[in-house]
Amino acid sequence: MKHMTRKATRHVNQNEGLIFEKSSAGKAAWKLPPLDVPEVDTAKLLGAAERKDLGNMPEVSEIEIIRHFTRLSTWNYAIDLGMYPLGSCTMKYNPRVNEVVARLDGLANGHPYQPEKISQGALRILKTLSDCLIEITGMDAITLQPAAGAHGELTGLLIVRAYHQAKGNPRKKVLIPDSAHGTNPATAAMVGYSVENLKSNPKGMVDVAALAAQMDEDVAALMLTNPNTLGVFEQEINKIAEIMHAKGGLLYMDGANMNALVGKVRPGDFGVDVMHLNLHKTFSTPHGGGGPGSGPVAVKQTLEPFLPKPVVITKPDGTLAFEYNRPMSVGRVRAFYGNFGMFVRALAYILANGPDGLRQTTEDAVLNTNYIRKGLDGIYDLPYSTPTMHEVVFSDKLQQKKGVKTGDIAKRLIDYGFHPYTVSFPLIVHGALMIEPTESESKEEMDLFIEAMKSIAEEVQEDPQMVLDAPHSTRVSRLDEVAAARKPVLRWKPAS
Amino acid sequence: MRYLPKSPADREALLKAIGARSIDDLFAPIPAEYRLQRDLKVPRQMAESEIVDWYRERSRENGDGYATFLGAGAYYHYRPVIIDSLISRGEFLTAYTPYQAEISQGTLQSIFEFQTMICELTGMEVANASMYDGSTAAAEAVMMAVRLTGRRSVVIAHSLHPEYREVLATYAWHQGMPLSAAPFTSTGRIDLKALEESINSDTACVLIQSPNFFGTIEDVAAIADIAHKRGALLVVSIAEAVSLGIIEPPRQADIIAMEAQSFGVPLGFGGPYCGVIATREQFVRQMPGRLVGQTTDKTGKRGFVLTLATREQHIRREKATSNICTNQALVALMANIFMTIYGKVGLRELAKQNLAKAAYAAQQFGKHAKVLFPSAPRFNEFVVQTSEDPYAVNARLLGHKIVGGLPLKKFYPELGNAALWCCTEMTTRTSIDTAVAMVAEGERSVRAGKEPETQGVAR
Repeated sequence: MKHMTRKATRHVNQNEGLIFEKSSAGKAAWKLPPLDVPEVDTAKLLGAAERKDLGNMPEVSEIEIIRHFTRLSTWNYAIDLGMYPLGSCTMKYNPRVNEVVARLDGLANGHPYQPEKISQGALRILKTLSDCLIEITGMDAITLQPAAGAHGELTGLLIVRAYHQAKGNPRKKVLIPDSAHGTNPATAAMVGYSVENLKSNPKGMVDVAALAAQMDEDVAALMLTNPNTLGVFEQEINKIAEIMHAKGGLLYMDGANMNALVGKVRPGDFGVDVMHLNLHKTFSTPHGGGGPGSGPVAVKQTLEPFLPKPVVITKPDGTLAFEYNRPMSVGRVRAFYGNFGMFVRALAYILANGPDGLRQTTEDAVLNTNYIRKGLDGIYDLPYSTPTMHEVVFSDKLQQKKGVKTGDIAKRLIDYGFHPYTVSFPLIVHGALMIEPTESESKEEMDLFIEAMKSIAEEVQEDPQMVLDAPHSTRVSRLDEVAAARKPVLRWKPAS
Repeated sequence: MRYLPKSPADREALLKAIGARSIDDLFAPIPAEYRLQRDLKVPRQMAESEIVDWYRERSRENGDGYATFLGAGAYYHYRPVIIDSLISRGEFLTAYTPYQAEISQGTLQSIFEFQTMICELTGMEVANASMYDGSTAAAEAVMMAVRLTGRRSVVIAHSLHPEYREVLATYAWHQGMPLSAAPFTSTGRIDLKALEESINSDTACVLIQSPNFFGTIEDVAAIADIAHKRGALLVVSIAEAVSLGIIEPPRQADIIAMEAQSFGVPLGFGGPYCGVIATREQFVRQMPGRLVGQTTDKTGKRGFVLTLATREQHIRREKATSNICTNQALVALMANIFMTIYGKVGLRELAKQNLAKAAYAAQQFGKHAKVLFPSAPRFNEFVVQTSEDPYAVNARLLGHKIVGGLPLKKFYPELGNAALWCCTEMTTRTSIDTAVAMVAEGERSVRAGKEPETQGVAR
């Protein structure tokens, strides 16, 4: 290590086996109350359907479970430990009040089929969040049903398809820029559209002339991320929307990067017809190690009839209700109403911020990114000099000369006490380092990050092998992913 | 704003370092005509205490303190307190998807344990890290069967959760997947003869639920035989995971699509829940969703990584097995901890209590009204047919702070005045006796030719 890292030192790390390795017959962490109805003869009730044995399920005590999972937890990096600069993932602070209100009894124990008369609290939350998100996006209507961003994309494209279908022709293709997230093309395929790639121009934006040439009446929609995955705002967005609309196509916006826009500009105002949001990115619901997410889809009025059912309506007496009678709807995309617990949290975030806080949040996110960009420009290659909003993409071009790639720099960053940035994405930048600090980082934390990245760049020149072997300070060193995929071991089995 | 770690001086210093005059410089790339020149019309900034108060009010308006007989894909089970203690640790709560394995071993190992326990409980060989929920897991399992067989059409049991059927119809709509329904008989089980006739050489799979929507346990072995004889796969949906404690799992299935909400996940007005897909080893490369595998590091130490990623969207893009990216990791962790707490013995005892409560309730209801589908075994749900409209029964019951069974008219008009009742270990004998008394009262009034007293029918 060139400089002593200021953020992290090694700490004691408990060894911990699999829970199955602690199990022995007769230990228990559970206790049921006495049965207040007669015991049943299971054999008589169930016959051949009765299960006799639960195999290798564990038998352990409560203290062992607490220690097991607490020890495992210490092997994770987390936002609570420090900066998590994953580009396009928007790893911001997850406020704790969100967790508290989501656990209030009436909300946590509300059954999705309980009568609407005693569901007014939940319906009010759905309605208030919907109203806020409609205002924030500048759209006209919304569904909260999709369970994650990719699920929102699926819903959005189903709506696109239903719209064209209603006009007599579902169309055949969806245009997707080469800088897009992998979920975009995967989603288009699920909705029966073929994918046509759209090349970026030298500034990293949509090549408007190429779009005009490619756009025809077979194209159902353009799926655009704005700002795109380089963090660049599509300045010619009005022309892009015009080109799409002139030939009857729709403009879909992937809202993954909405953290750059909230309170400053509204997609509905710049020509977007349909978009999804990621509540687990922009609106602070926790990532939880990979979910749950939530991917609401907002639309313009012309697309409203196609929203999934049910939708929330206000009845003449002022109470709220679900409306199921929606003949043009694309149908349901999920049982019940979506990831309600995430709605509670996202709305709590909006209430904590208010209009001034939301705007300041966006400004700080963009400010932080540009500070990091300034601090690392020249140390790492900046392939596009176009101004960036909430994230910035460097390349490993300068470090490649020493045989060190973006993935290696990322692993070395772990030794300095940071989670890596997003590696090798977007695909249009060879050897990409994609950095999104979010608004949650202080100047001090960012200075530590910049210092760490500079130090690694020096290490690459002086001792590249040390970087190639990183991380050096973690519980496990680099893991053999090739072996894991070649002969998959996907579950524990008792030693035979 | 209390979440933002910057003083005005910090912001000035950052702007200066960047070489910008004001924050507006940084937003210059946005065409001026689109820049918002006003405040968003959202509620003003609130103090934490105000936020908590606002939500307490919403909680009170939301059935707080009511006992419930609702199930139908969302089950009220006790949640041991250590689940929330553990999942509230910031290291689990605020971590991202474990792509960087060296600093994500906590999440990765816990998912590996989750996959193992799901395999043990379902009798399958592999299980994934989770799907959004039971409904989308069923739809993805069917698409997986289509890829595996190269066939297009699907036969769906009419006794599958109606909202799962709706989701499947949405997913199938543009994929050229013809769907047909297999009816149920007076036993509540699938009509085997009709099923046999509905399978043809283009049938990719048969999709059933067991225990089915009515709580009835299907004859999975017989259904599997019929499907397999014609080269179709069998996909089984399990909505009530606690049933696996005492009901033989559908080992003859090729794919199991589960909802693990019963394992320690709060009802939460319908989500987030936890879908899972489990299958045979030979089918794993067509499986959607994330998978954790065991491997070793450079020194030979055991460790875990996300694996077989070549199935997934971030590698394969439009050729991926699914577009799924974010799933339900933290909810899967709840289920994982729940399964660990109850384990080999507790899960069986828990399931047995559910069985006993439902058996008692069905017997009591049976004294006054008709309990449908009596001949086949069931788990913790059953259908009661009354002379009175079940909405009317429920309206009276609501006055006792009890939410009655789910009226089935919307989903199964052919069953008349029927409602689906669910009992879990949380259901007290007192609630059961009160509910039975309400039904009995209604039946007596109808027989006497007059309407029982109802204060407004809540739907």
